Amino acid sequence: MRSLFNKVLLDIAEKNDRIYMVLADIGYGEIEGFAERFPDRFFNVGVAEQNMTGVACGVAMEGNIAVTYSIANFPTLRCLEQIRNDVCYHKANVKIVIIGGGLAYGALGVSHQATEDLAIMRALPDMVVLAPADFAEAEAAVHAMIAHDGPVYYRCGYKKEPALHGGPIDFRIGRAIQVRDGSDLTLIGTGTITYRAFEAAGILESQGVKARVLSMHTVKPLDREAVLAAARETRAVVTVEEHNVLGGLGGAVAEVLAEAGGGVPFLRVGLPDSYIHLVGSHNWLLDHYGFAPQAIAASARRLLEGRQ
Amino acid sequence: MKASDQYRRLAQRIRGYAVKMTNCRSSGHVGSSLSMADIVAVLYGRILRVDPANPRWPERDRFILSKGHAAAGLYGALVEKGFFPKEWIDTYYGDDGRLCGHISHHVPGAEFSTGSLGHGLPVAAGMALVAKRQKRNYRIFCLMSDGDCNEGSTWEAIMFAAQHRFDNLTAIVDANRIQALGKVSDIIDMEPFARKVEAFGWAAREIDGHDVEQIEKTLLAVPFRKGRPSFVIARTVKGKGVKSIENTVGSHYRCIPDEKLKEVYEELGVSDAFPV
Repeated sequence: MRSLFNKVLLDIAEKNDRIYMVLADIGYGEIEGFAERFPDRFFNVGVAEQNMTGVACGVAMEGNIAVTYSIANFPTLRCLEQIRNDVCYHKANVKIVIIGGGLAYGALGVSHQATEDLAIMRALPDMVVLAPADFAEAEAAVHAMIAHDGPVYYRCGYKKEPALHGGPIDFRIGRAIQVRDGSDLTLIGTGTITYRAFEAAGILESQGVKARVLSMHTVKPLDREAVLAAARETRAVVTVEEHNVLGGLGGAVAEVLAEAGGGVPFLRVGLPDSYIHLVGSHNWLLDHYGFAPQAIAASARRLLEGRQ
Repeated sequence: MKASDQYRRLAQRIRGYAVKMTNCRSSGHVGSSLSMADIVAVLYGRILRVDPANPRWPERDRFILSKGHAAAGLYGALVEKGFFPKEWIDTYYGDDGRLCGHISHHVPGAEFSTGSLGHGLPVAAGMALVAKRQKRNYRIFCLMSDGDCNEGSTWEAIMFAAQHRFDNLTAIVDANRIQALGKVSDIIDMEPFARKVEAFGWAAREIDGHDVEQIEKTLLAVPFRKGRPSFVIARTVKGKGVKSIENTVGSHYRCIPDEKLKEVYEELGVSDAFPV
């Protein structure tokens, strides 16, 4: 997905000379296309994320679109105050892109696991939070991000993510995409983990449970209508996110459901509120932490049957 | 009136406003506002190309106050230049007020909001980058504090600006030698300050930050060297102009109390403009 992201951004930059990339020495093998094509609009500030974000803000304040780009937590947590005070408070047109959300770089250790990003970015006023599920969403999300006037956080996948959507999609910021319909329960996913929720829905179907699947590619602004419709039209709601269970997609959906009342059975599938120090591949870690499609399906069924 | 007399007069009025605003609400940072008054007076009296009738004029010089806590020392200059009505001064820090304690871009004439140190210079560098790449003529001035120079992000920007030869960028440090908990020399001694920033690739000058003629001459000379950003270390006195609080750490926190106001305005020579 990261290669696709860079290709699409490069294509857009061909037609839009206001797009700048401001990096902090990360992006080997991916960013060279932009750097070579637009040397005047490409800056590597060195290993200095605070300056990267401040410089990007200054670039944006002058009427441009500045894209910061790095992996995992580097362009968010190290420079969070620059994102808050400089970018968001000024509504600066800065796009913060991370490669490898969640456990994508799992075996590299806790420093490289972006597992609180959705919660933290979502808490910032005026920030749009995007986490595309597959290539189709990723491509559409780059266009939407650039078209949006204001700060955007873009959680990009890493590589070889399977296609969630079989055909063309209608991607709009703040509007969930229904991947399949169902009347028994709703699985709501965000980011690349949504594919596993989709697979879980297939398993549930073989067990006679019809699951609706929503791709909530925009965590903020959240598609409240889609959440409320799920609560109204199906009997249980399950969120699935490659993120701490606190404050991310599950938290956002819980806020909507709690305020709406109705008491629909609800479950958050996410990472435990602890650091992941087990060593293993991305897929191994996901399976270990309850994201195997069979495990998601079993959790959903327990919720539906009141056995949770 | 000679230009230098005009700067001095403006500086004293800026001090008057700073004393008045901080007194009204018992807020802090009066010492930081007083120390930079002469620099701000020369900037707004001569150096900065700005248009109060059109605060976002695209060709304006960008002035970023990185020491945002000294907003009270900038509001006076902005009101004297006509960026916003005088009545706003009385709303400083107050309920439903127009002016907050740290500088905000919601105030006409204020380029950028700061308040946490170390934010101004990176943003200024970003603006300098755009001016260079898009061949724009505006210049960028960033006024910092001693404390600003403790922040790693400031040094990240210092390295970046030198690397890309942003000679349209000028950083000025209001070096009043006192930071929040004590003397700079006891906390993080910046000396040899000029040699440090020179070694980082900037062209540096040290000046008396209360000598308006020297400030004017220095700021008219930027860039000091082609292809290098300019760094001005302006040696100042915290609380300058009000003897009773000069060179005190307390001036970072305490304002001038009511019973001293009349005497202080007289000391500043601004009693006519600030009746008690």
